[in-house]
Amino acid sequence: MSVSANTTGTKVVKTTVLLIGALLLFAPFLFQDTRALEVAARICIFIVLVASYDLLIGYTGIVSFAHIMFFGFGAYGGAIALKQMGPGWDAVVVGALAGVAVSLVVAVAIGLLSLRVKAIFFAMITLAAASVALVLASQLSNFTGGEDGITYRAPSIFKTATKLMVDDDGKVMRIFGVKMNGKLAAYYFVFITSFVLFFAMVRLVGSPLGTVLKAIRENEARAEAIGYRVVSYRTFVFCIAALVASLSGTIYAIWLKYTGPDTVLSFSIMIDILLMVVIGGMGTMWGAVIGAVLMVIAQYYLRDLMGVAAEATANLPLLPHLLDPDRWLFWLGIIFILLVYFFPKGIAGTIMAKGEKS
Amino acid sequence: MSILSLKAMKTDIGQYAVLHDVTLEVPQGGVFVLLGRNGAGKTTTLRSIMGLWKPSAGSVIFRGQDISEMHTAEIARLGISFVPEDMGIFGGLTVEENLILATAKGQFDNARLARIYELFPALETFWTKQAWSLSGGQKQMLSVARAIIEPRELILVDEPTKGLAPAIIDAMADAFREIAQTTTILLVEQNFEFAKSLGRDMAVIDDGRIAHSGSMADFAADKPLQDRLLSLSA
Amino acid sequence: METITKIVTRFGGVSLLPVAVALLAFVLIGAPSSWVTLTIAGLAMGMMIFLMASGLSLVFGLMDVMNFGHSAFISFGAFIAASVLAGLSGWLGSDLIILNIAALFLAFAAAILFGMAAGWFFEAVIIKPVYKDHLRQILITMGALIVAEQMILALWGGAPMTVHRPQFLEGSFLIGDITIEVYRAFAFMLGLAVYVALYLTLNRTRIGLLIRAGVENREMVEALGFRIDRLFVGVFMLGSALAAMGGAIWAGYETLITPALGGEMMIVVFIVVIIGGLGSIEGTLLGAIMVGLMANYVGYLAPKLALTSNMILMMVILLWRPNGLKPAVK
Repeated sequence: MSVSANTTGTKVVKTTVLLIGALLLFAPFLFQDTRALEVAARICIFIVLVASYDLLIGYTGIVSFAHIMFFGFGAYGGAIALKQMGPGWDAVVVGALAGVAVSLVVAVAIGLLSLRVKAIFFAMITLAAASVALVLASQLSNFTGGEDGITYRAPSIFKTATKLMVDDDGKVMRIFGVKMNGKLAAYYFVFITSFVLFFAMVRLVGSPLGTVLKAIRENEARAEAIGYRVVSYRTFVFCIAALVASLSGTIYAIWLKYTGPDTVLSFSIMIDILLMVVIGGMGTMWGAVIGAVLMVIAQYYLRDLMGVAAEATANLPLLPHLLDPDRWLFWLGIIFILLVYFFPKGIAGTIMAKGEKS
Repeated sequence: MSILSLKAMKTDIGQYAVLHDVTLEVPQGGVFVLLGRNGAGKTTTLRSIMGLWKPSAGSVIFRGQDISEMHTAEIARLGISFVPEDMGIFGGLTVEENLILATAKGQFDNARLARIYELFPALETFWTKQAWSLSGGQKQMLSVARAIIEPRELILVDEPTKGLAPAIIDAMADAFREIAQTTTILLVEQNFEFAKSLGRDMAVIDDGRIAHSGSMADFAADKPLQDRLLSLSA
Repeated sequence: METITKIVTRFGGVSLLPVAVALLAFVLIGAPSSWVTLTIAGLAMGMMIFLMASGLSLVFGLMDVMNFGHSAFISFGAFIAASVLAGLSGWLGSDLIILNIAALFLAFAAAILFGMAAGWFFEAVIIKPVYKDHLRQILITMGALIVAEQMILALWGGAPMTVHRPQFLEGSFLIGDITIEVYRAFAFMLGLAVYVALYLTLNRTRIGLLIRAGVENREMVEALGFRIDRLFVGVFMLGSALAAMGGAIWAGYETLITPALGGEMMIVVFIVVIIGGLGSIEGTLLGAIMVGLMANYVGYLAPKLALTSNMILMMVILLWRPNGLKPAVK
């Protein structure tokens, strides 16, 4: 990263990220429909989730497929606590802590067991662990609601019916046409917590720890020779990433008021995270923002576009099947492969390397 | 006439430049010794000749042909063999399998096999043993035997005496003397006594550059030069 | 204690593990006829998993390449074989056993041919540019898996597909009071035949010698004058073909297949190669048999633990032997 420290490209990327931040901050006022708010909240959460994954893959070069599992632990922690204890802040805290505790224990176990072996082994073991978590969530139905998942209520301040501010008539007040209700509070809860977590991670990679991580990524043997305990550092980062993923899972659970295997544990979300971090740019943190924004928007809106394209090509063989909105992953997969070949730094990394140093 | 010439060869490993400028003439026949401190670039030089690391600049001329862009396997087929520092033994294979693998057609030439038995009797004794069970010295013998099971023009040998007992080192020296009558040997060595007893010509590599080259007799007589180029404290 | 270790080693060491598991299961299950049925089912399953896993293990051993898209070959093999069998359902229903066999043969041949062609394409286009770069290897093969799975969905749709079995492989036969499904016996024999063929190729031929040496030390084989990369294409194609064949047999075993099949088998295949140790087919066979037996015994004794049991098995074995039971000598 030091190579691309102060290029014009870096400024472009940082400005873009700032712009995205501003858009997210004012999202409820700028895009006044429910679907757009869904998209904005999802973007916030995925930025954190993807950035925490970037800590692993981008800053230490280890590939884990268990990241979604930690997200799931956090989400299920929140969900089960809210279901059992009722919708209160105490439940949120207990749930978040429980999720974090389980995540840390599992992360330490996996880390110590397998981070000393080859990267390939680690990827395979985490894949197996994540699949077991998914099976367990589906099977332990007394606890997790099984395939159907759990529906519950969030703390009352987030209820759509809650009036944050009332006008003279006692109705919910509108500012710039936006209702000051619980939905708005929920969005800002998501936005602020996500922002804090993301900011903490940016600080983390800027600290001396970030420098050590890069040294390990560049040359493991050399870092070991200098005296860094590579396994300890990796396990530590793995735990930090798991912790953040777990917290973002809890936030997501509070926002959605529903937690099930498909929304917080499925392998397709893991694929999404992977696509986001690679498309955005590994090892930059800013890439996570760009990747998450592009992918989430694509998920919500590209499918509509593909539906139109499929109809237009309805008479051709195979093509309409591949243009079917459900096949959008096919195209993303191809884009993903091409990106890894030709732009392994992703969008952010490629742009940041461009331009003159100033 | 030189059998091998390196011209301004430069090799990077990852982002680190290990060899900056290696220029060397290895004459036909006899033992040519490449000396140098740890990390000076001796092993990298051998691996670059063998094509295991590709030089980023300069050329490697073997018998008039530039081999710097060629694949390792093709370089080997031209008549260069390699005895790496870790000996490169296939531990799960028997001694016989290790050797038969090194033949071009999968068959032994009986005359050459007889010569190998003569040089290294231990290999005949442990013929059907898996190679991991051999001692360090026997593994080194196997590695050298593998390098000469086919007729070769040039053998690259990386620190063959490392970790061996003195008696085995003497046997190894005899074997190299015998082999050098028909084949050129490029020997990388830390053990100066061993190198001195074998080498006709020599060079010293330091920090990825050739710091000195000449005859072994002259170098062995020049104690200050040895100290300057090889002593650890410098 | 030491003498026990010595005796165990003399009689085969870790290769005895499946026997130990089977004996333990015999005690826990109690009913001998159920135990025999489960054991045969476990062995048949193990052999099919072995077919799917052997290529992955060899490819990794030889070239340090891990193909996360390997399961695509399994899925494609299953669906292609199922489609061929569906197309030839007339032959399958026939009383002429020769037509039955011909249909089965064509189905397997189609799967194997596809595996070889796709393996060649995969190696040349997807993997070759990222040799030696594990991070990008994992990412690219994962990307290829996404594309391949989407293609299966586009070609065959998402609905489960029924697989027609040839008449002569239907039903079961009785030995005493033990029922043995014909298809299980068939799958076991086929897997065993492939194992023997692989074993002989690796241990009795010059190509096999090169492969075994290459698994240990690729650079040295090249320094002796052999193009490992060209050999590797062949091994990759063989591994893909075996995976497709494994998928084809599995399709007949399950009789109802969905596009999720590849993903599910992938986890099992990974567990098998990790348990067995990467790079050796003996290890892969051992791992596959262990997983097959465990899945059936645990499925009978504690159905809810079936998948978790493999995971626990993997953890225990990794703690005991971090490189797996029988890794190739490195």
